[in-house]
Formats: sequence, C-alpha cells, structure tokens
Amino acid sequence: MARFTPENETVAREILSRYPVPKSALVPLLHLAQEQDGHVTRDAMVHIAELVGVTPAEVIGTCTFYEMFKMEPVGRYLVNVCTNISCMLMGSDALLHHAEERLGISAGDTTPDGMFTLEGVECIAACTEAPCLQVNYRYRTNVTNESFDSLVNELAAGELEDEIPPHGTLARIRQHIPADRAAGVAPPDVNRVPVWMQTAVADTESPAGSEAN
Amino acid sequence: MAVTDAPKMITSRFGRDDAHTLAGYEASGGYQALRKALSMTPEQVHTQVKEASLLGRGGAGFPAGVKWGFCPDGVWPRYIVVNGDESEPGTYKDRMLMERDPHQLIEGVLIAAYAVGCAQAFLYVRGEMALAQERIAAALNEAYAAGYVGKSILGSDFSVDVVLHWGAGAYIVGEETALIESLEGNRGMPRLKPPFFPAAKGLYMQPTIVNNVETLSNVPWIITHGGEAYAGFGAEGSKGTRMFAVSGHVKNPGVYEVEFGVTTFRDLIYAPVYGGGIRSDRQLKAFIPGGASAPWFYEEHLDLPLEKVAVDKAGSMLGSGAVVVMDETTDAVKACLNVVRFFAHESCGKCTPCREGTTWLERILSRIDDGYGRSSDLALLMDVCDNISPGIAWPPKQTTICPLGPSAVSPISSALQRFRPEFEAKVAAATKARADAVAVAVDVRTAVPHG
Repeated sequence: MARFTPENETVAREILSRYPVPKSALVPLLHLAQEQDGHVTRDAMVHIAELVGVTPAEVIGTCTFYEMFKMEPVGRYLVNVCTNISCMLMGSDALLHHAEERLGISAGDTTPDGMFTLEGVECIAACTEAPCLQVNYRYRTNVTNESFDSLVNELAAGELEDEIPPHGTLARIRQHIPADRAAGVAPPDVNRVPVWMQTAVADTESPAGSEAN
Repeated sequence: MAVTDAPKMITSRFGRDDAHTLAGYEASGGYQALRKALSMTPEQVHTQVKEASLLGRGGAGFPAGVKWGFCPDGVWPRYIVVNGDESEPGTYKDRMLMERDPHQLIEGVLIAAYAVGCAQAFLYVRGEMALAQERIAAALNEAYAAGYVGKSILGSDFSVDVVLHWGAGAYIVGEETALIESLEGNRGMPRLKPPFFPAAKGLYMQPTIVNNVETLSNVPWIITHGGEAYAGFGAEGSKGTRMFAVSGHVKNPGVYEVEFGVTTFRDLIYAPVYGGGIRSDRQLKAFIPGGASAPWFYEEHLDLPLEKVAVDKAGSMLGSGAVVVMDETTDAVKACLNVVRFFAHESCGKCTPCREGTTWLERILSRIDDGYGRSSDLALLMDVCDNISPGIAWPPKQTTICPLGPSAVSPISSALQRFRPEFEAKVAAATKARADAVAVAVDVRTAVPHG
C-alpha cells in the first residue's frame, strides 16, 4: 500500500513532462505503480491522481479498463497461456489444463506460496510459434507439457531471475530524452506552424490567406 | 506458383543479430532515407508515398499517402501516433518489426512527421510486448544521442520528439480512435466517427495521423528507392510487399514477406518456402485469410491472389495479414466458439449490440458445444448476428461504433453456412439426450412400488 518512492516520483515527473496533456501519462504511471508494488495499490492511485491533476475516481476508471493492471496482489510470476485460435489449433486447451494440474490451481488463481498466478489469455502475437505463453510478459513458444514443467521448475528454483523480473516490471530500459536534445511537447492549444513547414504552408495557403484578408 | 523474387523491403535486416542497434542499423543503410527526405521538401516526400500507393497494414487497408493528406490546412499542431497494439488473433508481424528493426520504424515515423508537419510523435506499443518496449527505448535513446531524433534533426530545422508509450492490455485499443482515447489516459473506447476522423480531430482534438507499425516501416524503403520503384512491385491496388503470418495446421508456420497482390493463398499455405502444406498431408478444411475478424475461406479460394480488391470481392479481407489454417480434423463449432469468445471478452462495452450480442453469441455457442444446444439455437445465433450486423453481409453493416461487433459475426456466418451439419449434429445429440432423460424421468414417476 504505497505511494511512489522519491525515486519513482522523479521517474513519474519525467514521464509526465513528455505529454502535452498530463492525463496522457495515466497508463504509463499505473505501470510504474505496478512495477513498484507488484500490483496497483489504492495509495498509488491517489498519488497518481495528485501528480496528474485528476480525481482518484478517474484513475480507477482508467485502471480497471486494462487487463494488465492488477488491483490485488498476484504471484511473483504471472503465467499467461494463450488460448486463441492459432494456439487452440496447436493444443493450447490441453496445455492450459496441464498447467492447472502442474501448478495445482485453476486458471485465474494464485498458488498458496504466492509464486505463480495462472491465466488463460487472448492472443499475444506469437501465432506462428504456437502454443505459446508469457511469464511476466516474457515469451516461451512451441510449449510442450515437458517444457512447461521445466519452466516451472526453473522459475521455482530462481534460475530465471536475470531474464524474468518479478511481476510488474515490463521493459527494463526506459526512454530518456536528454534536455539538450528535446524538441519539446507540442501543446494542443498553440496554433503554430512547424518551422520546417513554413515555406510549404506559405506556398499553399497564401492565396486562401490573401482572399480572407 | 507465384513465388516471386521481390526484394525484402521491411524484413531485410532480420538476418542480422545487431539490426536493433544503431551501429547495426547504420551499417545496413539505416537513416540514409531520413537524410534524403530532409533534402526534399515535405510535399515531395508526401508525393513519393502517394505514388507508392502504400496501403495501411493495420487491417482496413486505407492508402497511407491519402490519409496523410486529410489533415486540414492551417490547424496546428498535428500529431502522429504509431499503432503498435498488435493483438488480432493470428497476427504476428508488428512485434517482429519492433523487436528486430526498431530503428527502421523510428526512421519511418520521422519521415512521416516531416512530410505531414507533425510536431510530436507517440509510439504506442502493446503493453504485453516487453522486449519490443526495451528495444524501442534503447533505439530511441541511441537515436537521440546521435541527433536523429529531437531538436534540429541532423542539423536541419526539423524537430520532433518521439515518445514511447506502453499500452496495458486491451484489443480494442488497436482501433484508431480507441487508441487515441487510451493515449489521452482514458478507458480505450472508440469514438463515434463521423463527424470526426483522427486526421481532422484526433489526439487532443487536433489533426492526427494514426499509422500501423508495418505501414511506417515501409516508408524508408519508399524514400530511398522512390515511390515509383515501390509501385513496381505487387499488383494494381496492392503495391509493394507485405508480411503474412501463416499459423495453425501447416508444416512450416512462419512470418513471410511476400510480393503483395501476386502471391496466392495456395503459395502461402503450400509452397515449400512458405507454409509447406498441411501437417501430415491432411486435407484443408478452412482458413482465415486476414485475422480473426475476417470471414473464412476454403479450398476454392486458394488461388486468389493476396490482393485487397480480389479478396474483398470474394467476401473477406486481408485484414492484418494473418492466415490461420485449419485441417480436416478441426471441430468447426469449437473453432467458431474460440474466435467468438475472444470478441466477447474484448468488447469494450460501449455499444449495446456488441456488448450484449457478443456475450450471448458466446453463451449460445458454448451450450451447443457443451452438448446442451437447442433446436432453435442456430436461428437464434443468426438473429443475434443480424442485430449486430444487419443483413449479415460483406462488407458488414454495423449497429455499433466500431467493427469489433461485426467481427464476431464473421466466424459464425462462415462456419454456420459451410459446416452447418456439425452444428446440427451437436444440437441433435443434445436434443436426444434430453429426450432420453425425460423418458427416464417418466419411468421413475410411473414406477409404483409393489407391496
């Protein structure tokens, strides 16, 4: 139940600075909250509302629309087995069933030790390598029952911690726009012709402009 | 077989392990198209893209050059938003382009922003694609440092920031107005259009170009070689090359860049360099030609070229370049249910016919598949479909804001028309089971204990 740490608040302000309208940063900031705590906490949403300048209700409104945001704790590893058509044709129903048996939980549940949450999910764009799954959004493709079992064993033994960060962390590389290289945001309410378009605009619009005059 | 030797225009660097780095990209001709574009006027760049007749690769297939021209005069700023929210079942190409050649996409975005006069660019990457996000973030950081992005690009008066933005898991956000809503921090629900298309009023109600990842990845090649050279490949109405993901019951599932409009479905499914034929040399039952939203095709459609007009005319669409192959062992009811369940789950809930309709379609199909179907169910399915997409025709009419609802109709109208006996058999078995159960119940009621 945490607001952003000072370090993360700095990251949040940097993210906010890239958008002409602060509310655009809502989804990225919800990701940051989930990275910090493993799920999106109420306190984090209140903090985001303060930073963005919207009500907490608006933050919850946006948050609840998106599948990836978890309002309750999930396992350290979120195992998402694709169930869509290309994977189904290649046996994803049986794979999901096997995953349920191996982990001892139904899809949607978390193991009692808090290590694994299992979900059947919609297409994750690896259709030619079916059946596929993601662990904290890292791919495993052409998955068999055997390769699923060894994956679970390796995860449980902590052997994949370098490759697969705990749930909440997506990209481990962040965009950083150096101050001296930034073109800057383009506020929607400032009607200004971009410099490189000025000649072109003058050519095409001057007749209309002179008529208006 | 029309397996042509057209050049690889957008997958040319897939063989390089370092293509995602700036060094690897520059070593293979990267950012030369941007230099060339900056030596031209924005109008000249735009003209090249128009001459290339580059069709949008997101699903609708609208010409990109024409779309760029829809921004109203004198209204600034303009924005460009890259649609990297690939999530149509069967579709796998944009993720590949983002992971393996992120600089090519960035270069395409920059050239488009230059041509249209966009003051800021937003690259919306699907939330579930962590590696693509990392590759693009790293690529942008390198490109900023090298002077390709940001202020005074390559010393010119062209300046634009490219902002990487992550989604958070919602298929509907692939629809361009929903994408804009999401980018504004809202629930990703589509906007009613008309009156406003994004080119006129999009992000923050300003003129906005929304293009798919694959579409923009073509732009550097077009500028380097010229629009005319690009239009020299492909067929009338479908120029250049295009990526197709061939998945399901083929021997070599994979993503292939093929000459657009010339290569046929038969090539894609059976040619040894592509799909390689049906697994275990079984018979083809059906295939989906353009992602889950597309009506199904069969044996008789195999010789159609991968060409927009021809496929549209035959009653389906190339959509997002996803060919899903089903062999003779496929249960048509289960396949149909699977696709419908997807749309029911992904309906955003804004329009009643879609929210309620897709949910009921899923429930009815589920009970048929589970052995509880009723004899009236097949007509009921079509009735619900008709409420979402009046007339159940192609191209679909819709009672909804966006095409998600009608997309759920495609698999049902396809499967029910072609494989009706499979549905009827399941309903008949259920009807018989119910009759047997009643008979047993009657026996119990009439059994009077003796004595």
